Amino acid sequence: MPKRFAQVNDYCVACGTCIAVCPLSAISVWRGIIAQVDLQRCVGCGKCAAECPAGAIEIKNREAAQ
Amino acid sequence: MKNKKKHWYDYLWIVTPIYLGLGFFNILFAWLGMIFFCLPLLIAIFGGGKQYCNRYCDRGQFLSLLGKRLGLSRNRPTPNWMRSKVFRYGFLIFFFAMFFQMLYVTWLVGSGAQSLREVVKLFWTFKVPWHWAYHGTAVAPWVAQFAFGFYSMMLTSTLIGLVVMVLYKPRSWCVFCPMGTTTQLICKARSGKELHQAENACTAKSCAACAGCSTGTEKEAQDHA
Repeated sequence: MPKRFAQVNDYCVACGTCIAVCPLSAISVWRGIIAQVDLQRCVGCGKCAAECPAGAIEIKNREAAQ
Repeated sequence: MKNKKKHWYDYLWIVTPIYLGLGFFNILFAWLGMIFFCLPLLIAIFGGGKQYCNRYCDRGQFLSLLGKRLGLSRNRPTPNWMRSKVFRYGFLIFFFAMFFQMLYVTWLVGSGAQSLREVVKLFWTFKVPWHWAYHGTAVAPWVAQFAFGFYSMMLTSTLIGLVVMVLYKPRSWCVFCPMGTTTQLICKARSGKELHQAENACTAKSCAACAGCSTGTEKEAQDHA
């Protein structure tokens, strides 16, 4: 399991910018409300966080989070 | 890491310059903008979520292209006030107030109380002469007035989008786009109870990357709780 993962917060506007840039197709938009990350696929590369216009994605450390 | 396959909808960015270009020569083409206005709402109302924003939004793709591919964006974080709910909903109310004001002017022209004004109003303030784009054809004056009003709105919002694209992230416009905010509200209203359950499903004090919340289905959210 990769060490890092992307976490989406309430600022998400569900614009889908993250979907377009995710190289592993690990992000989708849940019912047009908020982006959701497939944590089994996400490697925490941070491309989505860098592109997100709403600053709604943070890259977290799995070990620190557990 | 594999390259994503390009689809036909990845080229929809071309629609933005074509639309603005056509309106420069004949203002009646502005009526085509009703597609960008109605389609996201219809998709959201009939259960398609924000598929329009995610896939088909020409403006989002256009801003992405200019900001990212052509490197015109400073790529700075969007300021907190701009991504706040107060600003997003405030801008939505303002935008629709201006839209209904435009409809009122169209009605005044249609009823003969006001004459047709062949101008494009930028930023709801500055009147720019646009008479060359109206050829006095067989259409009723209110049809042309609506076209001038609608084109003003589309041009203004594109210019705002370009300014925030340069200053912040390429798609900063999406943060407070009135159509995006409206469709997200529609999606929230449609999900209602399930959204409430999903929001309250996780009992952990901090995220443990357990993937429970990322599944998004009601059953799994309940299992997670």
